[in-house]
Amino acid sequence: MAIPTNLLIALIQAGILVNLMLVAAAYMVLAERKIAAWIQNRVGPNRVGPWGLFQSFADVFKLYLKEDVVPAAADYRFHALAPVISIGVAITVYAIIPFSPAYVHDGVAYSLAMAPNMDIGILAVLAMTSVGVYGVALAGWSSNNKYSLLGGLRSAAQMISYELSMGLAIIGVVLVSGTLNIVEMIDKQAAYGWNVLYQPIGFILFLITALAETNRAPFDLPEAEPELVGGYHTEYSGMKFGLLYLAEYANMLASSAIMAAMYLGGWDAIPFLDDATVLGLEAGSIPMVLIGHVVFLSKAFLLVFVFIWVRWSLPRFRYDQLMNLGWKILLPISLVNVVVTGLVIFFQQYFSK
Amino acid sequence: MANIKENIESQRLNFWERIYLPEIAKGLGLTLKQMFKPKFTRQYPEERWIPEGSYRGRPVLVQEEDGERCVACGLCSRVCPALAIEVRAGETTAEKERYPEKFEINMLRCIYCGFCEEVCPEEAIVMSKDYELVFGSQEEGILGKDKLLVPVAQLQERLEFLRQWR
Repeated sequence: MAIPTNLLIALIQAGILVNLMLVAAAYMVLAERKIAAWIQNRVGPNRVGPWGLFQSFADVFKLYLKEDVVPAAADYRFHALAPVISIGVAITVYAIIPFSPAYVHDGVAYSLAMAPNMDIGILAVLAMTSVGVYGVALAGWSSNNKYSLLGGLRSAAQMISYELSMGLAIIGVVLVSGTLNIVEMIDKQAAYGWNVLYQPIGFILFLITALAETNRAPFDLPEAEPELVGGYHTEYSGMKFGLLYLAEYANMLASSAIMAAMYLGGWDAIPFLDDATVLGLEAGSIPMVLIGHVVFLSKAFLLVFVFIWVRWSLPRFRYDQLMNLGWKILLPISLVNVVVTGLVIFFQQYFSK
Repeated sequence: MANIKENIESQRLNFWERIYLPEIAKGLGLTLKQMFKPKFTRQYPEERWIPEGSYRGRPVLVQEEDGERCVACGLCSRVCPALAIEVRAGETTAEKERYPEKFEINMLRCIYCGFCEEVCPEEAIVMSKDYELVFGSQEEGILGKDKLLVPVAQLQERLEFLRQWR
């Protein structure tokens, strides 16, 4: 039986992506602990390997060896399904993120990303992240623990309220770029300047809602320790807990990458100028692809740093404050942002005719 | 309404403070500054803390060239609030006539109060600087004379500290 080449390429891509993502998530956990330590004038993990570089692997090893406890009254099927949904959705988003310009060989474009040219690109990302709430809500519900349930419900309510503002912030970018396709968005930004210049309010809105979507501080109410023990993952242990934890960091990297692609010009290193001509390289050649990867990932990881930095600087919102902020402040601002952007683009086109 | 403070203009949040973002930026700036300050962590197993003479660590018996100072009067055992010390006296031909045949401190009971040291008429039991006490079993936690006796030279600092107050 011959395996179709396309399928084989897709499998290899998926293997590389999933492994890269998991390793990146492991190192983000370490980065989180290190940065937290530095902010608190501590040193942070430094025992496993040089500068504690293997700490995350030791943690994962520990989680693998731990007993996997399922509460007696829990629905064990859904209890097992919830982390799978969480991590599955988190991984799926990576199929859409374009990490670099495609490598063009004999007129065929190759790229590490699996489906970067998807026409509904950004909508698929939104759809996937909103499925992610099922993982959290299901984890909370199936544990048969009131604190877990509260955590799961909080997460669901929070994600639904902030998704509105996030969607509206994205509409601003879509209006500016005139496309839903992420690769075209980045190409447009490379030519006309980064979207953060045209959508500064949209960028801040997206940053705030992304913090809320990934359940990060100051919006980490679903796992607020003083109130809810551990939140939705109170009743999880062993590698199931590890998967939920990993999914959180994978989501963080995914939303950082989306932000880098939508607002910070993706793999475009020099705004307003064509990178390839400035560097004297051919567009679509291997050096350009490598530079694209480096630029894109450094932007994404810079945003990850911002996520971590914010977490260790700001106190957590109270639940009513969270809802007030979401519905009374962010939603009106994002609506105004969309209307103003639309009007500006309309008049621009009207007068340029 | 007596205990409600006046709402003074300067105490209210101004526009920029109510917008939050500049204040958040200030807070982020503070944490960023903290990241580059020197760290306070002691790298423990490599870098050990050496206590002052006033530190009350594991109680030990003072050992001189001709044996222990202890005359087995049993005061330490009597005063010990945790009942951690057991002494059995024996006779000796030396000038001090008595010595402890058996002297045991149960370190699982000891609360490091230092009463034994305070009550001792011979300065024979003192608190050392030893703070790394780990036992593999409960039996190991009961220290006999072989582990309790420490040469007097190592305890000079504590003895000098005690003499300040006598």
